[in-house]
Amino acid sequence: MDLNLSPEETAFRDEIRAFIKAEFNPETQQKMILGREIGKQDFVEWQRKLYDKGWATPHWPVEYGGCGWGPVQEYIFINELEQAPAPSPLPFNVSMVGPVIATFGNEEQKKKFLPGTASLDIWWCQGFSEPGAGSDLAGLKTTARREGDFYIINGQKTWTTLAQYADWIFVLARTNPQAEKKQMGISFILVDMKTPGVTVRPIQLIDGGHEVNEVWFDEVKVPAENLVGQENRGWDYAKFLLGNERMGIARVGITKQRLRRIRELAKLERYGDHPLMEEAWFREKLTAVEIELKALEITQLRVVAEARKRGRHGEPDPNSSILKIKGSELQQVATELMMDVVGPFVMPFGASMDDEDRTNEPPIGPDYAAAAAPSYFNNRKVSIYGGSNEIQRNIIAKAILGF
Amino acid sequence: MDFDFSDDQLLLKESVGKMFAARYSDFEKRKAYQKLPNGYDRAVWSEYAEAGILSLPFSEDHGGFGGGPVETMIVMEQIGRSLAVEPYLATVVLCGAILKHCAAEPAAAELIPKIAAGEAVVALAQIERGSRYDLNDVSLAARKDGEDYILEGEKSVVLGGAGADFLIVSARTGGNRRDANGISLFVVDAKTPGISRRGYPTQDGQHAAEISFAQVKLPASTIIGGEGHGLALLSRGVDEAIAGICAEAVGAMDELVKMTVEYLKTRKQFGVAIGSFQALQHRSVDMLVMLEQARSMAIYAALSAGDDNAVTRGQAVSAAKVQIGRSAKFIGQQATQLHGGIGMTMEYKGGHYFKRLTMIEQMFGEADYHLRKLAHAGASLAA
Repeated sequence: MDLNLSPEETAFRDEIRAFIKAEFNPETQQKMILGREIGKQDFVEWQRKLYDKGWATPHWPVEYGGCGWGPVQEYIFINELEQAPAPSPLPFNVSMVGPVIATFGNEEQKKKFLPGTASLDIWWCQGFSEPGAGSDLAGLKTTARREGDFYIINGQKTWTTLAQYADWIFVLARTNPQAEKKQMGISFILVDMKTPGVTVRPIQLIDGGHEVNEVWFDEVKVPAENLVGQENRGWDYAKFLLGNERMGIARVGITKQRLRRIRELAKLERYGDHPLMEEAWFREKLTAVEIELKALEITQLRVVAEARKRGRHGEPDPNSSILKIKGSELQQVATELMMDVVGPFVMPFGASMDDEDRTNEPPIGPDYAAAAAPSYFNNRKVSIYGGSNEIQRNIIAKAILGF
Repeated sequence: MDFDFSDDQLLLKESVGKMFAARYSDFEKRKAYQKLPNGYDRAVWSEYAEAGILSLPFSEDHGGFGGGPVETMIVMEQIGRSLAVEPYLATVVLCGAILKHCAAEPAAAELIPKIAAGEAVVALAQIERGSRYDLNDVSLAARKDGEDYILEGEKSVVLGGAGADFLIVSARTGGNRRDANGISLFVVDAKTPGISRRGYPTQDGQHAAEISFAQVKLPASTIIGGEGHGLALLSRGVDEAIAGICAEAVGAMDELVKMTVEYLKTRKQFGVAIGSFQALQHRSVDMLVMLEQARSMAIYAALSAGDDNAVTRGQAVSAAKVQIGRSAKFIGQQATQLHGGIGMTMEYKGGHYFKRLTMIEQMFGEADYHLRKLAHAGASLAA
């Protein structure tokens, strides 16, 4: 038993760390540290660098640009990006649609989509959730009607993250409304966002930001060659896709970076005649979160070590649901601590923080204060998305506890 | 990074698992052991000696097994599962750790083989009225008298103290009540004139004692760790013991979660197994999450307990104790709740896990004690 990285793993980590330090745009990094939204160009510029380095799509099959790393290296990579903090490769591209095309797509689709998906020349968004199909995704109502060499898509998707940046969307649509089970009549279809009949409507979230959208489909005519795999087998590909995004699900690195930052800032913030960091209640509250994070980090490493033993093509480990529950809770608690740090300057609402017209105005209070409350409000999402924590509990109850 | 046991550790786990199962899988046997003098069966203790687990922490040079904290974790987890009542924690884990780190000193060298052979049961007399969990808070006086020392004072809640053959006593040979310096550890035959013991059962079905020392005369050769410098050795032993009870708690919590889930699947109300209700399923999932977090920290404690650096070792152990305390409280309370009335009865095994876990929460410092200690040490675990 040993908690330490091996010398090879340490060297690997140092290589990643050095690359981020040398190549990641410090302005983008500063935005991330301050909790500001980063724009499309920031994402694209960084992913392009990862792509050129060969690191944009670590867990893809090697023939399509994968790194051939094991679970431990993949974990180290994500963890280093999170702690920097730097953006992870865009999940919709790299963890979701890319592996589906690489695994179930035909040769033409692979040739057409995979390089741009890896380099972010094509920005993908995810057309899964609908107003009536959230946790019960198989209840989706969007239809794809076959007419000659085309599918005609009608319906509405929602919570579509960064659809405003997207070039393409991968859509789950019902191709056989008469199927015996609702999971059986669904297909996985790729749609160009510029196709007539596709409309994106922004949804403003409680933090004031524009992160998610509604995407409407009105008689959208899509070439039948954009079907991935077989018609009516889309549910299998969706399950494959959702099982793919587990390695970094605890987001330990993000929370770790936030807690470090909180510790630093709490030394600067005054509390009466001394720094906040010298307040017993604050120290103890922060330490309690650090302890839970330490436990989660080790739990995460245990899951990674299991994955290493099982080999990469094993079934998704239901223990990753434990990571999701605890990881999301700790991300959220860290944002609560940040509000404690900024005190009264939690209050001013700085309109949209990505509003270029206003980012040049002097900040109200310290520059790190503006994002404290929005970040807290925004992070309520993490226990809702990616399978809500209640769904995760259902998974654990069934798959681990045998209910 | 590796969470696997070595082949030797796997063998140890298997043999220890069988050993405790044979003696404890029938819960009635435990009740019978508890009725014996000092609350355990000395014959069972001798069997442990034969099996080699009483020599676990001692080096091979001293006739030991040469095990470290990971081996202790393996044994303690099994003890937690079986709710074993023998004084393994006090003798082998706690006093064993203290003695192991001064094994070359005559008093330790003499006692170690006796422990290994099952001939000596040892207890640490450390807590005093008002000291709570501060190891440096020592009033019991050891006054120099020529070549000897005279001990005078009281010790409280000495785990395994009534039945112990030897005691390790923290006493003040210099300085003031809470000074770090001036604390000495004495290895004492428990039958030395002037020592009187009042034994009693503890809430978790084990035993402890109040011990008074009235003009107890001891030669200087009974001191271990150097006169006035006992605190480092003492805290080292307690750190290893905390790592040990973390593992014990994980064993107990693991069994208690299993029992609870099993109960939910079999107990019927409203014509269905109550485990079909989502509220109860989710509660047991929360118990599992707390268990896995605790398991991670017990591993962390075990892998840190051998650290020679007292600061980093203490940090890891305190962090683990906080998590274990929180998890033990949640799992113990929820298991009792989910069992309904049956969980409240003395007859049912589940309640005994709850009680042991509750005592572990307090032992060597409750969660908030360690949280405060860690918070005010100033270091960040997220570094």
